[in-house]
Amino acid sequence: MALNIIVCAKQVVDPETPASAFRIDPDTKQIVPAQGIPPVVNGFDENAVEAALQIKEASSDATITVLSVGSGFVMDVMKKPLSMGADQLILVDDPAVGNLDAFGTATALAEAIRKIGEYDLILCGRQASDWDNAMVPLGIAEILGLPCITIAQKIEVSDDGVTVHKALSDGYEVVKAGLPAVVTITNELGEPRYPTLRGIMTASRKTPTVWDASEVGLSHDQLSHKLDLTELYIPVSDTECEFIEGEDDADSGRLLALKLREARLI
Amino acid sequence: MAGILILGEIEGDALDSITGELATVGQALAATSGDEVAVALLGGTPDSFAGDAIAAGADKVYTVADPLLADGQIDAYLSAFEQAVQHTSPSIVLIGKTELGRDLGPRLAFRMGVGVAQDCVELSVDESTGRVSALRPVYGGNAMAKVTFQGDGIQIAVVRPKTTEAPEPDTSRTGETQALGVELESSVIKSRRVDTVTQASEGVRLEDATIVVSGGRGLGGEEPFETLAGLASMLGGAMGASRAACDAGWLDHSYQVGLTGKTITPDLYITVAISGASQHMAGCSGAKHVVAINRDQDANIFKSCSYGVVGDWNKVLPAFIETVSELINS
Repeated sequence: MALNIIVCAKQVVDPETPASAFRIDPDTKQIVPAQGIPPVVNGFDENAVEAALQIKEASSDATITVLSVGSGFVMDVMKKPLSMGADQLILVDDPAVGNLDAFGTATALAEAIRKIGEYDLILCGRQASDWDNAMVPLGIAEILGLPCITIAQKIEVSDDGVTVHKALSDGYEVVKAGLPAVVTITNELGEPRYPTLRGIMTASRKTPTVWDASEVGLSHDQLSHKLDLTELYIPVSDTECEFIEGEDDADSGRLLALKLREARLI
Repeated sequence: MAGILILGEIEGDALDSITGELATVGQALAATSGDEVAVALLGGTPDSFAGDAIAAGADKVYTVADPLLADGQIDAYLSAFEQAVQHTSPSIVLIGKTELGRDLGPRLAFRMGVGVAQDCVELSVDESTGRVSALRPVYGGNAMAKVTFQGDGIQIAVVRPKTTEAPEPDTSRTGETQALGVELESSVIKSRRVDTVTQASEGVRLEDATIVVSGGRGLGGEEPFETLAGLASMLGGAMGASRAACDAGWLDHSYQVGLTGKTITPDLYITVAISGASQHMAGCSGAKHVVAINRDQDANIFKSCSYGVVGDWNKVLPAFIETVSELINS
C-alpha cells in the first residue's frame, strides 16, 4: 500500500554538551550554544526516522518526508535524516517561528502538515532534549483531530491501521489506531542507523523545500505564547562530595564500605 | 472561574498515591489563593473511592461514572475530564505526570486552547492575580525554567510524581461528593489499548527500593551487572542501570533510571561507572545520598555525591563488596 509518512524533527543544542560548557544568557533567557559544538537533530527524532525507514522497508511503496519548523537551521545537520534514507526535507524557516512555545510549534507543524496535504502517518520523537515537554505531537494530533499513540518501542502498519507497543515502566501496552495517526517513538525502538556513504551522497544532491510562515498560512495570533518564560537558570548543587582515598583502589573500596557503615547508610 | 480541580487516579482497588500528592500541592496553593480543592474521580464505578480522596486532602469530590471509563482508555478519560472541567470551571487544574496524565494534560490544554506546564516540580500562585508560576527542569535537568500562564484562562499544571509526599490518610476529614453527568460515545475512542504485557520484576521494585545499585556504560558488558545484582540483593535493594547500558542491550530497559526511565527515591544510591549525564540525574534527584565509583574525577556524578571513589571499578568493587558482606554478616 502507498504510505505517506511525515517525520517531525527538531534541531537542538547537542545534549552531550559537557555540563561545564553549558551556559545561559539570563537576559534573553536562552541557552548559549557552546563554541565548536554544532547542534544536532533531536535524538528521539532520529529514532522516529529509523521507525519510518523500518516501515518503508516492510511496505512496498512508502514516502518519508521530514518536516521541521524553526530558524537558524544548519543544513548539514538537518540533512542527516535524508542521508539515513528519508526521501525529502521540508523546512518552515522563518524568524517568526524561531522561538515558539509548544503550543505555537504544534500549530506551525499542523499547518505545514495540512499544506503537505497527503499523509497517513505522522511520526515524532517522544520528546525534545531541549525543553523536554513531550507536548508538540499531542498538539498536532489534537489540532488535526487524529488519534495519538505515544512512546512506541515497536510499530507496524497494515491495511487496518497502525499497531504500536507502547513502552511502560514494567512492560508494554499493545495499542491500535486507524490511519492517519500520530505516533511518538522512544529509544527502546533501537539505535538509529548510521548514514551510509551512498546515503550522504544522495542527500547532498537533494534540495530541501523551504517555506516561510506566511506560505504555511500562519498568523501572528496563532503563534502567541500561552506560557511566559520568566526565569531560566542552572541549578546549583549544595552537595559536597567527600572523596575516599585509600592506599590503592581496593583499599578505597574497603574504606568506602566502612564509611557507609559509619554513616549508617548500610 | 475559581477553584482547583485535580484529576484523581485509581490504581487497582485503591487511589493512586499521585492523587494524595496533588491534593497536598493543591492545598498549598489554596493557602494563598483561598480556593477549594476538588478531586475528580473517573471510572466505571468511582464512587467507592470518594471517601479515600477526601481523607487524602480533597475538600470536595466529583465522580464521573460511565461504563466507557471502566477500562482506562485515554481518549474516553480525556473527553470525560474535559466535560468535568467545563462543568466546574476551575482556575487551576492539577494532573500527575503519570502514564495517563502526561498525555492527557497537554491534550486537554490543546483541546481547550489554554496553557499547560508539563513536568512541574514546584508551583506557586500570585496572591493578587491568582496566576500560577511553575518550575520545571529543562535541557535534561541541566537548567530550570520558571514559567507563568498568559492571559486569564484555565491553568493546567502536570506535576512530576514524588515531588511531594502523599499525606497519611486523615479519615476525620469531611467533604461533599457530587456526581457529574457526562455524555460519552464510544466513537471518541480513536486509539485503543488491546493488551497489556507486564514484565514482572523479581525482588524489590526499583521505584520502591531504599537502596539502589546502578551501573553504566563504563562497565563494558553484561557480566558486571550480575555482580551488581548480587550487591543489590545483599543490601536488600534493587539494581538499576543508565540508559547507555540499556541501549547497549546489556539489560532490559525496565532497569533504566533517568529522565525517560524510572524515577527512584532511595536513601542510598550507589553508582558504578556512571558519568552522571543530566538525563540520568533527572531520574535520581530524589535520592538522599549518592555514592559514586568512577575513574574520571571530573565526572558530573561527583557533583551530586555524598561519597566518591576515583578509581577503576574492577579493583574498587570487589573489595567494597567483600567489606560490605563482612559488615552485614558480622
